[in-house]
Amino acid sequence: MTWSSIIIAGIITYFTRMTMVALVDRDLLGERIKAVLAYVPSAVFPAIIFPGIFINDYGTFIDMNDPKIIGAIVAILVGYFSKNVIATILSGLFSYWIIIFLL
Amino acid sequence: MFTKKQLLTKGLLSVAPHMFSVIPFGIVCGAIGIELGFSPILVYSMSIIIFGGASQIVFLQLLSGGASTLIAVTSVGVINSRHLLYGAVLSEYLEKLSFIKKLLISYLVVDQGFAESNKFFQKNKDEPYLHYHLLGSGGTLWICWQLATLSGIILGSFVPEELGLKFAVPLTFIAIVVQDLKKLDHVIVMITCGLSSLLFFDAPFKSYIIISPIIALFVAALVLRLKK
Repeated sequence: MTWSSIIIAGIITYFTRMTMVALVDRDLLGERIKAVLAYVPSAVFPAIIFPGIFINDYGTFIDMNDPKIIGAIVAILVGYFSKNVIATILSGLFSYWIIIFLL
Repeated sequence: MFTKKQLLTKGLLSVAPHMFSVIPFGIVCGAIGIELGFSPILVYSMSIIIFGGASQIVFLQLLSGGASTLIAVTSVGVINSRHLLYGAVLSEYLEKLSFIKKLLISYLVVDQGFAESNKFFQKNKDEPYLHYHLLGSGGTLWICWQLATLSGIILGSFVPEELGLKFAVPLTFIAIVVQDLKKLDHVIVMITCGLSSLLFFDAPFKSYIIISPIIALFVAALVLRLKK
C-alpha cells in the first residue's frame, strides 16, 4: 500500500514537472500570461521564505525578537549589496548563530 | 558562445551555494523516515521516485500519523504543483528540444535549479545549448540530494539540531530573490505571496505553497496592467 502510493505520488510529481515543458504548446499561452510568468520566482519563493522565518516547528508564530528575524534582515542587506549568494546565506547563518550561542 | 561543458559547469557552480540548505535538509529527510519506522529502502526510493524534499517528509509524517494514503498522495501533489509554474517559465527556453529530451530533463526541475538556471537563461537567451545549464544545476542537486538522504538514512540525523540549519532554507531562497527587491513591482508581488503564505499556512494539504503564488501572480497581472 505504501509502495503503490509512493509510486503514484512520484508519477503525479513527475507530471507537475513535465506537463508544461513537454505537453503544453507554448503558443497556447497568451502574451499576457507570458508577461506574468516573469514574476514566478517572486511569486513562489516568498511562500517558502516567510513561513521558514516567521513560523516555528510547532506551527505557531515566532516572537518579534526571534534571532531568525535578525538573521534574515542581515542576509537581505548583505545579499542586496554584495550580490553574492554564499555571502547572503552565510551572513544570515552566522548572525543567527552569534545571537543564539554568544548573546 | 559557451560550450556544453562550460554550461554544465556553470549550472553546477550556480547551485553549489545552495548546498548549505540542501544537504542538511536531505540528511534530516532520510533520518526522519527511519525514525518514523519506515524501511530504509522505502525511504530512499522516495528520493528517486518523488525527488522533492518537503513533500517526502510530509508524505511520511502523514502516513505514520495514521492519515490515509489518499491524503498523503494528495498532499504530495499539492506541494509539488508549483513545478507547473517552473515548467511554464522554462518551456520558453526548452522549446527546441526533442520530445524525449523534454521528458528526461523535466525530471531534474527543482526549486533552486529552476531559480538559478532561469536567471542564466534570461541573460543568455540566444545560447544554443542552454539546457546544459539546467542539466548542470538540476543534476548537481539530484546527486547531492541522493547522497544526503542516503547518509541520513544510514547515519541518522548527525547534524546537531542546535545549529538550526533549517534556517538555511529560507536564507537560500532570500539569496535567490534578493536582487529583485530593486524593482517595486517585484516587491509588491513578493510581499503579497509572503503574507498570503502566513495567512493560509493552516490551509489543508499544505496548499499555502500554491495558493499564495496564485494570489501573487494575480497581483502581478494587475501590476502589469497598471504599468501600461
